[in-house]
Amino acid sequence: MSAITSPITSRELAAVARLRIVPRRFYGRWVAAIAITFALAWVVLAFAQGDIAWPVVAQFFTAPAILAGLVNTLIMTACAMALGIVLGIVFAIMYMSPNPVLRSVALFYIWFFRGTPLLLQLLLWFNLALIFPTIGIPGVISWRTIDVIGPFMATLLGLGMNQGAYTAEVVRGGILSVDTGQTEAAKAIGMTRLTTLRRIVLPQAMRVIIPPVGNEVISMVKLTSVASVIQYAEILRNAQTIYYANARVIELLIVAAGWYLLVVTVLQIGQYFLERHFSKGRGERRAKRATVQEEPA
Amino acid sequence: MSAAATMVPSDTAIVTVANVSKFFGPLKALNNVSLSIEPGTVQCIIGPSGSGKSTLLRCINQLEKIDEGAIAVDGELIGYRRVGETLHELTDPEVSQQRLATGMVFQRFNLFNHMTALQNIIEGPLTVLKRPRKEIVAEAMALLERVGLSDKRDAYPSELSGGQQQRIAIARALAMKPKLMLFDEPTSALDPELVGEVLNVMRDLAATGMTMIVVTHELGFAREVAGDVVFMDKGEIVEQGPPQTVLVAPQQQRTRDFIAAVLK
Repeated sequence: MSAITSPITSRELAAVARLRIVPRRFYGRWVAAIAITFALAWVVLAFAQGDIAWPVVAQFFTAPAILAGLVNTLIMTACAMALGIVLGIVFAIMYMSPNPVLRSVALFYIWFFRGTPLLLQLLLWFNLALIFPTIGIPGVISWRTIDVIGPFMATLLGLGMNQGAYTAEVVRGGILSVDTGQTEAAKAIGMTRLTTLRRIVLPQAMRVIIPPVGNEVISMVKLTSVASVIQYAEILRNAQTIYYANARVIELLIVAAGWYLLVVTVLQIGQYFLERHFSKGRGERRAKRATVQEEPA
Repeated sequence: MSAAATMVPSDTAIVTVANVSKFFGPLKALNNVSLSIEPGTVQCIIGPSGSGKSTLLRCINQLEKIDEGAIAVDGELIGYRRVGETLHELTDPEVSQQRLATGMVFQRFNLFNHMTALQNIIEGPLTVLKRPRKEIVAEAMALLERVGLSDKRDAYPSELSGGQQQRIAIARALAMKPKLMLFDEPTSALDPELVGEVLNVMRDLAATGMTMIVVTHELGFAREVAGDVVFMDKGEIVEQGPPQTVLVAPQQQRTRDFIAAVLK
């Protein structure tokens, strides 16, 4: 055993207890902070002096074409995510079914849509007419595929089906996280399987499901930009259309980036409140409730 | 002495278990068990862990499927519909309907964690029985009063002690107005000082004439409240009779060994 400080007697110890304490100094952290501050200043300076026409950014930030693109981005995010969540719940339940056919179909779905690139899936949907010139119920009704599956439908199906495959696994994880005792207690008061799922299991699974799904909503906002390759008029595509005409490439990319950041920020705040709602009966809310209950009933 | 041989078939019984066997893979959890319980009886089931007593209870409200034999609850064959010489499995809604005859209290309470005490109690009457909220809230408040937890109506399970959770769980089961209450080791997961409050609620319930099947290690409670005691071991009923006999002067060596081990 080696001594770091010199030996001390019990009488000295009593005297030491009254001395002033000098906190440790973290020189390494100071150096790092200074270095990073310089690096950031350099980046900011570079952008300020770079060839960016900031007035153009401001001018196009609220241009009608950009706002229309933003609306399309938001609509697509909402629709594709809704489709993804519905498919995710359906396929998660199928995955957990004792029936081998349902289970296999769910497995195949997850395998296929997670296993191929999103861009490829979008192109497949967009070119579906090459395989099936018409779609519908044979002998009853049929449409030309090219009329039904335009850029909007192809993007919705591509993003939604892809999202469903990921969400299915998230939902399955959430359902598995709920104790089997909860299901048994629900059965014991006469609930059917479906009511148990709806009233008892899913609301508790939500606590586990929301954080990753919130994450996926945020990625979906940005993934919609992939749809620009199949002519869906979302914000990035409209920004591109404008810079093909006026050659202000960087300015319009900054406009699009600014909107993406703004939307994502709003969504993050929304996620916080959603998580708080579904943490009912869990630790974090207790402290708050306890203070409320202090007043005499 | 075989329990099956001593069983007296009864038309007044609220629960009749006839020659029931249940396997978990190679393990025989229940081996040809027969038991008949009259309305208003407090039936205690004791035995070492793994003796099949909880499994028997879970078979009675169909949380487990039986492999052989048959069970009737409240005069109705459970789990199957007889069509001529065949038995057809009931659908999920039909099984749920049959479960309404029984209330169940679990060892680990299993209160719905995302609901307050009051919400736990009204959940069944609200979503299963579809009764008007106003009416069932009043009933639920009376039940909270009965288990001594009126002041905890808005507390979440995580804010309650084990004993309080179990009393809410009893109230939740009673809210469905069952004809029969099943208790699966209701005090085994509790700290010793909390056992008494749960047993008191059960004692009060027994005094109202409720039929109760109680799987328990509380021999004192069994001696005081039980009308009949069954001792199970290795999936079989080893001994059955009034508590004064089974708990005080057991006839079988296995029963004597078990009681000596518990009292030690």
